[in-house]
Amino acid sequence: MDKVQDNRAWFLIIPVFLIVAFSAVVPLMTVVNYSVQEIFGPGQTFFVGTEWFEAVLKDERLHDALVRQIIYSLAVLAIEIPLGILIALGMPGGRSAKTSLTLVLLALPLLIPFNVVGTIWQIFGRGDIGLLGATFRAIGIDYNYTNNSAHAWVTVLVMDVWHWTSLVALLCYAGLQSIPPAFYQAAKIDGASKWAVFRYIQLPKMRGVLIIAVLLRFMDSFMIYTEPFVLTGGGPGNSTTFLSQYLTQMAVGQFDIGKAAAFSIVYFLIVLLFSFIFYTIITRTGEGEKK
Amino acid sequence: MSKAAVLAPGSLAAPANIRRSSARVSNRTIVLVCYIVFLMLPIYWMVNMSFKTNEEILSGLTLYPHNPTLRNYAIIFTDPSWYSGYINSIYYVTLNTIISLTVALPAAYAFSRYRFIGDKHVFFWLLTNKMAPPAVFLLPFFQLYQTVGLFDTHIAVALAHCLFNVPLAVWILEGFMSGVPREIDEMAYIDGYSFPRFFGTVFLPMIRAGVGVTAFFCFMFSWVELLLARTLTSVDAKPIAATMTRTVSASGMDWGLLAAAGVLTILPGALVIWFVRNYIAKGFALGRV
Repeated sequence: MDKVQDNRAWFLIIPVFLIVAFSAVVPLMTVVNYSVQEIFGPGQTFFVGTEWFEAVLKDERLHDALVRQIIYSLAVLAIEIPLGILIALGMPGGRSAKTSLTLVLLALPLLIPFNVVGTIWQIFGRGDIGLLGATFRAIGIDYNYTNNSAHAWVTVLVMDVWHWTSLVALLCYAGLQSIPPAFYQAAKIDGASKWAVFRYIQLPKMRGVLIIAVLLRFMDSFMIYTEPFVLTGGGPGNSTTFLSQYLTQMAVGQFDIGKAAAFSIVYFLIVLLFSFIFYTIITRTGEGEKK
Repeated sequence: MSKAAVLAPGSLAAPANIRRSSARVSNRTIVLVCYIVFLMLPIYWMVNMSFKTNEEILSGLTLYPHNPTLRNYAIIFTDPSWYSGYINSIYYVTLNTIISLTVALPAAYAFSRYRFIGDKHVFFWLLTNKMAPPAVFLLPFFQLYQTVGLFDTHIAVALAHCLFNVPLAVWILEGFMSGVPREIDEMAYIDGYSFPRFFGTVFLPMIRAGVGVTAFFCFMFSWVELLLARTLTSVDAKPIAATMTRTVSASGMDWGLLAAAGVLTILPGALVIWFVRNYIAKGFALGRV
């Protein structure tokens, strides 16, 4: 659509600008402020320059947490995106009762508060009182997410898949719904295979929503905090201590505000960088296909 | 129109295809059904548990409550420290939805109709607010709201949640607004409508569905958020999700109560989603990118 150049449109933006800036700018500047100071208490601060940033970059445990975080986020994307697409392809179309029911059931996990998600899985996975844990025990697997690192890690991953794949599925479904029926008819006449229909009609049409899905899932999984905190508390050992968890330990547990602030800024830049890379890759790939 | 109807003309010409296409549909449907069962199992387990007594929960595994009890729900509905949590949550979530929609509507209109200095930068800046790791930002948030005297009020949580809900609302609304042809605006101005009158009486009714979907998403993201809500409240505006951490007592976990509280946090969302079910998918399809 042709848009009109008119700078008076800024007047319409001002309310949004003010309300977001109120909550965004002051905290951000405070964090930047903390990150270059040593803080002993209220009023007892002095400037330390880039010392905290150097400490953060050399922190071994932080490197471990970062590696763990990247592996986790990639695993989340590798499972949720294809699974979401697959589910969207199976969803009924049209405005029937079946469609409504599917949509409502799929969206249900998205509406559960994060700590309740953790609680649900805590209950579900317990060997003595939970269905999942009890089933594993019945078939002879000694499943215990509280003291086996691998079990804990997989449980957190499955929990995330349970919680968020619906979002990917709903997004892809929205993309699929926007394909005009004529496309399918043309494919039918050409005798296109199921794979060809997916590859050349459905996938390109889902590009826009997939960008959003990948970005949202990446950002949220990279900053996951509440769910693993409730389920495993970061343990056993450090196996499910992801970046946010480590950051909180630093800021609240050890009260290392300066270092934690420096880390937050590095963390923020990492998320920004990855989001930008994903965005660029997906948009570029799509451009090539339009020829 | 459904996909089956679309495929019909081709299928009539080549009967062999009917079998193939129906087999394909059923394969994909099986995946979908399996997935929904996987989604529902943990939820069923929690509902199941919420109707059990603690003795039954701890004595062994039962697939359905053998001695169904409403005791867990009764506690929640009679103890003010429990049910006030729900009232607080619903209060600030509603407030946030109203604020988000009010400020996002004109902004979305500006983004969908005009080019202006810095438009792309403002939009990206709005989105980056979703990318800040919360842990360290919580302290300055606490200090900020303490300083302006809003700490432990519903409006504080509602304002803080605007940080991620306003960008989202602008984004979804802009998609719906771009679907309305410009000519409508021009016709209205020629007919002598002022901007506020045009916006309220002509434009808004045309994007009703969009407003509904946006309200749903604001509701959802504000309802599930816990860290900010917990940091900015202590007693008067404490959300239900924070109240739930109380169930650990000296005698161990009160699992039944915890499960009942969990079930009750799902209900409002399920109710809201039922109202906008036909538009959820549309909300995303029209967005910019």
